Amino acid sequence: MRYLARRLLHATLLLLAASFFSFAILQSAPGDYFAPMGLNPQVSSRTIAGLRSRYGLDRPLPVRYGHWLRGVFNGDLGLSFAYNSPVAPLLAIRARNTLLLTATSMLLAWLIAIPLGIWSALHRGKWGDRAGGAFASALLTVPDLMLFLVLLLVAVRTGWFPTGGMVSTAFGDLNMWSKIADIARHLLLPALGLALATLPPLLRHVRSAMIEVLDAPFIRAARAHGIREWRVLLRYALPVAASPLISLFGFSVATMLSASLLVEVILSWPGLGPLLVDAILAKDVYVVIGAVMLSSVFLVAGNLFADLLIFAADPRVRVE
Amino acid sequence: MPTLLAVANLNVRYRCPDASEQVAVGGASFEIGSGEVLGLMGESGCGKTSIALALPGLLSKEQARVTGSVQFLGKELLTMEPGALRAIRGAGIAMVFQEPGMALSPVMRAIDQVAEVIHAHTDLKWDECCAGAQRALSRVGLPNTQRILSAYPHQLSGGQLQRVALAQALACKPALLIADEPTASLDARSQNELLALLRELQRESGISILLISHSPEVQARLADRLMVMDKGRIVEQGAFADLYRNPSDTCTKAMLRTSAHANAAANFDFEMVT
Amino acid sequence: MTSGLESNAKPIEPLLRVRGLGQQYIQRRAFSRTKFCVGAFEDVDLTLFSGQTLALVGESGAGKSSLARCMALLERPSAGTMELEGENLLTLDRKSLFRIRRRIQMIFQDPASALNPGLPACEIIAEPLAIQGEGTRLQRRERARQLMEQVGLDVRWERKLPFEFSGGQRQRLAIARALALRPSVLILDEVLSNLDAPNQDLILKLLAELQSSHALAYLHISHDLRLVSQFADEVAVMYQGKIIEQKRTRELFASPSHFYTQQLLASVRSVESILLERSA
Repeated sequence: MRYLARRLLHATLLLLAASFFSFAILQSAPGDYFAPMGLNPQVSSRTIAGLRSRYGLDRPLPVRYGHWLRGVFNGDLGLSFAYNSPVAPLLAIRARNTLLLTATSMLLAWLIAIPLGIWSALHRGKWGDRAGGAFASALLTVPDLMLFLVLLLVAVRTGWFPTGGMVSTAFGDLNMWSKIADIARHLLLPALGLALATLPPLLRHVRSAMIEVLDAPFIRAARAHGIREWRVLLRYALPVAASPLISLFGFSVATMLSASLLVEVILSWPGLGPLLVDAILAKDVYVVIGAVMLSSVFLVAGNLFADLLIFAADPRVRVE
Repeated sequence: MPTLLAVANLNVRYRCPDASEQVAVGGASFEIGSGEVLGLMGESGCGKTSIALALPGLLSKEQARVTGSVQFLGKELLTMEPGALRAIRGAGIAMVFQEPGMALSPVMRAIDQVAEVIHAHTDLKWDECCAGAQRALSRVGLPNTQRILSAYPHQLSGGQLQRVALAQALACKPALLIADEPTASLDARSQNELLALLRELQRESGISILLISHSPEVQARLADRLMVMDKGRIVEQGAFADLYRNPSDTCTKAMLRTSAHANAAANFDFEMVT
Repeated sequence: MTSGLESNAKPIEPLLRVRGLGQQYIQRRAFSRTKFCVGAFEDVDLTLFSGQTLALVGESGAGKSSLARCMALLERPSAGTMELEGENLLTLDRKSLFRIRRRIQMIFQDPASALNPGLPACEIIAEPLAIQGEGTRLQRRERARQLMEQVGLDVRWERKLPFEFSGGQRQRLAIARALALRPSVLILDEVLSNLDAPNQDLILKLLAELQSSHALAYLHISHDLRLVSQFADEVAVMYQGKIIEQKRTRELFASPSHFYTQQLLASVRSVESILLERSA
């Protein structure tokens, strides 16, 4: 429990640092949200100065940061200039959508990687393993951007999949099951794209972890006792191979978050991605900070979860 | 004594990466009777472990080419189909390895490891398998405490681990036990205890043992007959006492340390104590 | 080998002297602040003499390997003093310690894991010389060949990798490597345990030859009392982290005082006595 408390403390410090640096970096970019307005001759500079003052953009950085930080503890993440509404509820919906997408992709990716990796390890060196390796290499070489564009192309040309958005226009009228089915249909392509983009390293790691375990003496001893092969795999090999894979899981959360931004923009999934991109371009400061903070929270939570999983899975870790 | 295992002209050839073959065992022929302990000695690399792995079919086709005949209770093992062979492993022919710490799964408790073996060979429910596992563990002299039963391998000593491995091997009452250097990684006291345990169990259950050990003292404790191997071939076979007193082959003499010097030293120091 | 050092020989200066050595490992339970100390050994007094072998026996887990690592300067003990020819080793700074390290070398139980599997034999042997910065590459290779001959390995095998050698040969390789820096003290941790009988005898013979030609002091850890009776001048018995008895070999085997030593000795029997008991 002390360990958990310490990790949470570290996480909080990390998030604070991330927020401060985001603030500082954004500030150093020239101009602010209202700068483009200055190009419009019909808007007087006094109006712009007034707007700036109203939104507090003329105060120095530390003051603004302190003000924002105070607001965070009250659940107020600031104001979005573009939407002219509080940031928190805006982010909440988008964050939920991103979470749905990343969670589904993670599940999909691991569901493909584990069986395929085990199978490659069992048929090491034979054509099946080589085919799997070629597939992973191909996926790795294809840039994520191209992968997502290809999926978009498939959706547009065949019409089997919706080409964007999370729900169809008639969503409000559907009953509960149809609603879920509708979301699932929209979710399929982005989740598949994201899963394929992050699959190659997972696949190779599962394969090598399994190969290493299958060479261990205790596997041969289990076979010598007449344990059935599938049970040897599931009860003996996989639990021991799981430890390095769980650490990998922690890392893969990070990669998936970054890739999710791209897939959301291209396949028009209403998550944090598009919101963040627009906000950065428009210098909608508080939205950017809020989105960055949320991503950091997901990352830290993912890693913490992975650590707890290792603790539960491997008894050797429990006794130092 | 009825014959339990009859090996005729066994050859084990390992496949090398460059497609050639390396002969590990050549033309080995021997028999093990029911209730008999056959010792196997030889220098490291002489093929002892290859025989131990080849008999229950633990060498895969990619690793090695095994030819000859291995008859267990009248059935030919080398041509048996995998499912039937798997059923014999553990229940008919069981194995104990040199390093118990490495032969046990690091993430399973002691009682689960033994219960798995029972589960693989019987149709009993899991609780009944655990009960059987408890019985097997107490038969090898491990106390029936919660601490031992639910211990993971890294929490047990070398001697205790080897007992767990023995419990696994004997859980389904096999007819033949192949023990590959079972005491080599143990200290003197644990070695002693394990050998005494093996002797007692052997006498009680009448199990046959193929005992592989490079130590003459270990073989003297248990072996009825002895086989000596050199570079993949069996060079001498016979009753242990006969081989010890009248060895003919030089390899046998070397393995049993029957040079005059060694004998004198041993006799001097130990007659004084025992 | 047993040199039969009796009372009419002149007194020899101790080479490596250890007084009150103790080692504790601090472990921390996961997810909590509590630390608990695991004592490996304590209050150990040992003296090694040039040309003599001190055997250390005892159960696994009694602290022998931990003691060996401290004496080989691989670990820092938590208490006690260590003197090499009068020089206190535990107060030395890093540079002086680096200089001293070549005097004390260690050989381990499993040669397969103690040798770098990717390096050929001559480079394994020459590695300590390279680390201590001795000689040119050519000189190091020449010395490696010399050492291979000394330990009875065929010099033509100098480019072979460890896995191509047998167990006994690998142990010889490890010995050659240990001798590279011309040490005065060799610490042998169960070096015979993984070898079969003929190889054990050969390695013991080699060790004896090297000891007399280089005046080496050996600390030889072994659980095989029969072998100990052959090679040791003096025997120290370790039980639960303490030295409970230390005597000249013959005295210990003839009249052990501590009950644990008696137990240990009782568990060792010759083949003849075992056969006698079985036929009874």
